[in-house]
Amino acid sequence: MSLLPPERIERVCGFGMASCADGYVVRPASVDELEEAVREAVRAHRKIVLRGAGRSYGDAAIGAERVVIECTRMNRILSWDPDAGLLEAEAGVTIEQMWRHCLPDGFWPPVVSGTMFPTLAGALAMNIHGKNSFAAGVLGEHAEWIDVWFPASGLQRLTPEDELFSEVIGSAGLLGTILRACIRMKRVPSGDLRVRPTLCGNWDEQFDAFRKFESDADYMVSWIDCFAKGRSFGRGLFHAAWYETDESAKRDSLQPAHQDLPSSILGVVPKSLVWHGLRALNNRSDMRLLNAAKHHSARLPGGKEYRQSLVAFSFLLDYVPNWRMAYAPHGFIQYQSFVPKLRAAEIFAQQIEMQQERKLEAFLGVLKRHRPDRFLFSHGVDGYSLALDLKITPHNRDRIFQLAHEMNDLVLSAGGRFYLAKDSTLRPQDFRASIGPQSLAKYRRLKDTLDPDHLLTSSLAQRLEID
Amino acid sequence: MRKAIVIGGSSGIGEALVRKLAERGWRVAAVARRIGPTSELKREFPDSVLPYQHDVRCYDEIPELFQLITRDLEGLDLFVYCAGVMPTVGPREYSFEKDREIAEVNFVGAMAWLDQAAIRFDGVGHGSIVAIGSVAGDRGRAAQPAYNAGKAGLATFMEALRNRLARKGVNVVTIKPGPVRTPMTEGLDLPGAMPVDKAADKSWRRSTRPASTISARYTG
Ligand SMILES: Cc1cc2nc3c(=O)[nH]c(=O)nc-3n(C[C@H](O)[C@H](O)[C@H](O)COP(=O)(O)OP(=O)(O)OC[C@H]3O[C@@H](n4cnc5c(N)ncnc54)[C@H](O)[C@@H]3O)c2cc1C
Ligand SMILES: NC(=O)c1ccc[n+]([C@@H]2O[C@H](COP(=O)([O-])OP(=O)(O)OC[C@H]3O[C@@H](n4cnc5c(N)ncnc54)[C@H](OP(=O)(O)O)[C@@H]3O)[C@@H](O)[C@H]2O)c1
Repeated sequence: MSLLPPERIERVCGFGMASCADGYVVRPASVDELEEAVREAVRAHRKIVLRGAGRSYGDAAIGAERVVIECTRMNRILSWDPDAGLLEAEAGVTIEQMWRHCLPDGFWPPVVSGTMFPTLAGALAMNIHGKNSFAAGVLGEHAEWIDVWFPASGLQRLTPEDELFSEVIGSAGLLGTILRACIRMKRVPSGDLRVRPTLCGNWDEQFDAFRKFESDADYMVSWIDCFAKGRSFGRGLFHAAWYETDESAKRDSLQPAHQDLPSSILGVVPKSLVWHGLRALNNRSDMRLLNAAKHHSARLPGGKEYRQSLVAFSFLLDYVPNWRMAYAPHGFIQYQSFVPKLRAAEIFAQQIEMQQERKLEAFLGVLKRHRPDRFLFSHGVDGYSLALDLKITPHNRDRIFQLAHEMNDLVLSAGGRFYLAKDSTLRPQDFRASIGPQSLAKYRRLKDTLDPDHLLTSSLAQRLEID
Repeated sequence: MRKAIVIGGSSGIGEALVRKLAERGWRVAAVARRIGPTSELKREFPDSVLPYQHDVRCYDEIPELFQLITRDLEGLDLFVYCAGVMPTVGPREYSFEKDREIAEVNFVGAMAWLDQAAIRFDGVGHGSIVAIGSVAGDRGRAAQPAYNAGKAGLATFMEALRNRLARKGVNVVTIKPGPVRTPMTEGLDLPGAMPVDKAADKSWRRSTRPASTISARYTG
């Protein structure tokens, strides 16, 4: 066994800060350096965890005492063809780099997450979805090809015609390392959206809003007040958005300067300090008030349409840098489940009732519409997802996990699915039941062939027994 | 599950500490020259105790062994240096051989291990480092010149580590027991010596208290 440079050890956490592990972090800037990092790990009898920008909430990109290969420095845009809309980029290029590069030519990433900091490889490894999931599906559906380095066989380019393409994308970095990818960017008429808010008084109104707009909206998302009960149970604020076609918007709105987020909120408080205020509010009773206040203030504009930049609409959370520190020191988990449309209203209502009974309400709830896809570890269903941010403390940790396990049972009983980028609580049997024994068996065969020494792992993979 | 390394885990205070941590659900690596007693601990706590054979004077082994152990433990929260010797020294005996063993086990080996723990905890920004010093390090007495000097050196080294690492969120604690009933003090006339369990208990409590970045001194 050879020694790893001891000073490489770092505390590495999931975005929610509730899962952390110490690992030997390497940040290769090229494929050669990445291969050397792999060889070094093998010599030191260590397994490897692949990591992008660390925006997965749970334990997907951490691993205790592993060599953590963080791909953020492999971040060159390799080519951009504005005629075809094709962008070729290295693993560590971020969603932010992608839009900044292409928007002046009238293109936007086909699928983005609620933050612009994830890397391309991290986003493909999880197969992210956006607020346009019901129409555009997952990011993997917009890749022309991916270059993957497999431990057993080295470099291979995969296109949608290869079966492996849909098996590697979404497999959480456990089958091979994505080195480069080519993405078909989305042509947009302007850099702005036309946004239409709808105040929903209860669950029925929420789902009515989604059904009303799903045939023609470009984006849909709704925020749920998880504290509301009785007649207001399930209330929240729904937004549908369309690409702004008004010619007057076009030229300026495509410039990054138009998109950039303001550096202060209300023009006074520097936004880098806002999380301190949030932290003071981050307890159950204040969050209940904040959710109620948000609901009532939304009444004011009277559901009028407004214009918003793509960046402001898509990456709202990036407005407040370090907002997650409001959950320090013990962090939070995100619980997102995906339920077929016929059962979604019933299952999500039950989930929130369970939280309310136990006084473990999520501080933030977000509802989205999805569609199924062909990927091996797919989280897509013809239905809805509800994402819940649950604060963790040393006192509630066990109860939160118990709650999550019971919510898992509900989701599984309705044929639902889970999403590894958000997961912290699944047990092996939950994961097996959600993707099905056949898919799992197929994954195990692929793992044995593509990564026969089971070099690629993560805390998540260990927890789900798929390492 | 929390993880600890105890150097000198085969006897006396160290052994009692390994047992205490294992009973409380920690995973513990017990390091010493004799593998017999630490294997016995493993039989007692098969899921918690990992025995390693090592002489702290084999300095070159230490960086690799440290990495091997932390890999096997899958992490590290607490590092305890408890190895020590105190050979009998006559009132007119000036034995470099004995003094050297004392210096090497009680001080030089300690630095070799503590440096590894310090590099790691400096990097990760959490964890506790504990060294078992002694009240004997507070003054040079007629009976044990090298032992006194070694423990004084250890305490000063730890004080310096504390000044480096406290701001990183790492606890650096020197425990200074008075007389404790262990194989080291067997045959000595020590009225009021502390039972070994109690010494281990105190060491453990100090080591996990977040604010304990000071020297902890206790006597019978
Ligand atoms: C505020 C916020 C909002 C979010 N909103 C959404 C959303 O709306 N929709 C959504 O789908 N997700 C969302 N996410 C989750 C996020 O998009 C995903 O977790 C994404 O995978 C993060 O990418 P990353 O670069 O940070 O990867 P990491 O989190 O570092 O890693 C993700 C996975 O990719 C693997 N990986 C990393 N690099 C490689 C590589 N080179 N080759 C192969 N595998 C690799 C890792 O092993 C890990 O399993 C959100 C996250 C946050 C923090
Ligand atoms: N007992 C007291 O009254 C008292 C008071 C104050 C401070 N202390 C200190 O407390 C610590 C523990 O002492 P104790 O009383 O528990 O003594 P002990 O029972 O003799 O135990 C000493 C431990 O040190 C280990 N050790 C000695 N030489 C070593 C070497 N070369 N390499 C690796 N390990 C070695 C021994 O393991 P192996 O022999 O198996 O290697 C054993 O596990 C010592 O530092 C001592 O100075 C003791």
